[in-house]
Amino acid sequence: MTSILELKGIGKRFPGVVALDGVDFDLRAGEVHALMGENGAGKSTLIKTMTGVYEPTAGHILVEGNPISFRSPDEAVRHGVSTVYQEVNLVPNLSVMENILLGREPKGPFGIKWRGVKERAEKAVRRLGLDVDVRTPLGSLSIAVQQLVAIARALDVSARVLVLDEPTSSLDAGEVEALFEVVRRLRDEGMGIIFVSHFLDQVYAISDRITVLRNGQKVGTWMAKDLLKIELVSQMIGRDASALVRTESIAQAASSGEAIISAKSVGRRGSVSDVSFEIKPGETLGFAGLLGSGRTEVLRLIYGIDHSDSGTLIFDGKSVSKVRPRDSIHRGIGFLSEDRKAEGIFPELSIRENMLILYQVKQGWFRRIPLLKQKQLAKDLAEKLKVQPPDVERSIQQLSGGNQQKALLARWLAVEPRLLLLDEPTRGIDVGAKFEIMSLVESLRQSGSSFVFVSSELSEVVKTCTQVVVMRDRKAVGTLVGADITEESIVEAIAS
Amino acid sequence: MNRASLLEKMPVAITAVVLITMTVAAGLHFPNFLTLRVLTNLLADNAFLGVVAVGLTFVILTGGIDLSVGSMVGLSSIAVAKLMAGGHMHPLLAMAVPIVGGAVLGASQGFLIAKYKLPPFLVTLAGLFLCRGIALKISLESLQIDHPFFNVLTGWSFALPGKAALTAPAVSLIVVVAFGIWLARQTAYGRAVYAIGGNQPSARLMGLPVDRTLIVTYGISGLCAALGGVLFAVYTSSGNAISGTGLELDAIAAVVIGGTLLSGGYGSVVGTLLGIGILGVVQTAITFQGTLSSWWTKIVIGILLLVFMLIQRTIESVARRAQNA
Repeated sequence: MTSILELKGIGKRFPGVVALDGVDFDLRAGEVHALMGENGAGKSTLIKTMTGVYEPTAGHILVEGNPISFRSPDEAVRHGVSTVYQEVNLVPNLSVMENILLGREPKGPFGIKWRGVKERAEKAVRRLGLDVDVRTPLGSLSIAVQQLVAIARALDVSARVLVLDEPTSSLDAGEVEALFEVVRRLRDEGMGIIFVSHFLDQVYAISDRITVLRNGQKVGTWMAKDLLKIELVSQMIGRDASALVRTESIAQAASSGEAIISAKSVGRRGSVSDVSFEIKPGETLGFAGLLGSGRTEVLRLIYGIDHSDSGTLIFDGKSVSKVRPRDSIHRGIGFLSEDRKAEGIFPELSIRENMLILYQVKQGWFRRIPLLKQKQLAKDLAEKLKVQPPDVERSIQQLSGGNQQKALLARWLAVEPRLLLLDEPTRGIDVGAKFEIMSLVESLRQSGSSFVFVSSELSEVVKTCTQVVVMRDRKAVGTLVGADITEESIVEAIAS
Repeated sequence: MNRASLLEKMPVAITAVVLITMTVAAGLHFPNFLTLRVLTNLLADNAFLGVVAVGLTFVILTGGIDLSVGSMVGLSSIAVAKLMAGGHMHPLLAMAVPIVGGAVLGASQGFLIAKYKLPPFLVTLAGLFLCRGIALKISLESLQIDHPFFNVLTGWSFALPGKAALTAPAVSLIVVVAFGIWLARQTAYGRAVYAIGGNQPSARLMGLPVDRTLIVTYGISGLCAALGGVLFAVYTSSGNAISGTGLELDAIAAVVIGGTLLSGGYGSVVGTLLGIGILGVVQTAITFQGTLSSWWTKIVIGILLLVFMLIQRTIESVARRAQNA
């Protein structure tokens, strides 16, 4: 088979950092090639060098055997290398057809020929098997459809190489399958597709070959069918991954003592209904269910961002009518939002300031915490959570997603909550950071802290939770405890 | 047409309904209101404001703002008078110089905004002071314009039935609006303006010439403002450095009442024309009434602005709900 895109000895240096070091990579016509690695392994940098965002400082790129250097994304596109990013980079206020053809509209004597625009856009969406009125404003469509529109735009320039950078992180299972169908069709048409994802199952479902990067270097390339999943993870994190399986201590954890919180058929009109559970010290309660099944909504009720209008919430034996986030913090309850960017980090502040902001709130706004003490606290937290790089005076924006998440976790740990609500704490972060966050949760649980753990990845729920509430259609439909918690039993409860 | 695109056209539709309702109501109340003559007068009286507002519409569509347009009107009107009186320039040249100058000044504001990522509010606020200052430096007093050619222009009109007539400024407004509609709908430039207003980083990643589009947009706004000043000079046969004071705010009001979102991405030149229409009808109706002071115009516009903002916000939230459903 012939390579349509070849990277030879690619190196990329930033001031003070070597992001890529002598990486080889090749993409064949008619294959899906997955690019795997932890955050910070160099995946994004490699993608950016082959799509013209960065210029490599060493090595060269060949397109169909001819050496080429891309100076801009535009130029890469002209050579048939198109990219669809994780966050849909289209404009929501314009129609589907405009988003596909913006900047390349067919023109006549009176300007843009709208009939031509419509015809070409319709052809482009039909090629993807997408059934949508191309005059619809993009913003009114689901993220999944928007993603397909982004692909349609990429294909309109007769791309030979399609780079999909984390395209599935906000899609549900059905939408992922629809996307994969399109990817398979394009592959069978002879296109080369590079697929980047954190979801191992998806990588195995779609890829022909897998290349793993670690610390800016290539670890190796394998045929997907020859590489066991556990081996892949070990290659990515560079150590044995068997430590990631559910331990006996979780399966047998039994908790006694007063419930920190108990909910009796709690609900909120238009949001969730009939949710009951109880959390005692030393327990991790999982909410499992499909995307949109009401998991996040329940956490928002517990923490007091939204207010319940039916059922009762009992904190430490006392029934409480209206919870506010401030009360929750004083009760020792914390909440880590799934939306790290919008509801988590303060992007302009340093890692130290981000970590200690709640600590300051707890101390009182007007009590000064000496800088030396702040630095010591932040340094201890960064060490405990293995934040990389450990320099806490940097802006939090310079951290990778996984390390930002660790810093946010540190923010809560600084105030020592009794119960921490974690909403998708592992989403969009690399395997190593996932592992560290999950083990941290487990070791804190063993020392008596409690958690609520929400994750779309059932294996993570199974590995960390002592009891699981299964959600479906915004209702709690069952509770699993102890040894009954398996991926199969959860799926069964969701489907039953 | 589906529900989502229907919602998008709602603001303009509401503006149109309000304009028609107000016109009909005024027509029922005041005889002689619903005549062609009132309409042409309305166009003539608001021509310079309308031209300024069309240029500003493009700026607001990108999500920006141009506060310098009012001062630009003053500067350009006094420049026309000064170039003819002091410089003995032919009127055509004396009108062309400020228009070109306005485009260049506007484009340089756009350059600062696009290349150095400076906030449009502050850059054009500086422009506001700069232009007004230069205008007052040229002449503190109002300068009469008396030139045979210019007088022909001032007196010219295209006769219509019913003693109605389209003056030169009115015709200019119609031409500018038509050109603006074409520019926004039918050109790659116009669509780039909408894309930038929708999501600027995305527009950049889609390979659109974001910087160039912004520079051109502020250039167009400056050009329209300077043209507005020239029309003002034609309309009043004089140049005045303090003309157009606060005009930028009237223009913003017209654009917003016309259904263009201040956050950018949504709106139209047609809407702005309707917005100007509403302002004009309010003004005319109050003149017809006779006993109310002209400040009532401001009060009514204030109320209208508030109401339109609330309507737009409601539409937005309904649209979002439709999207999530």
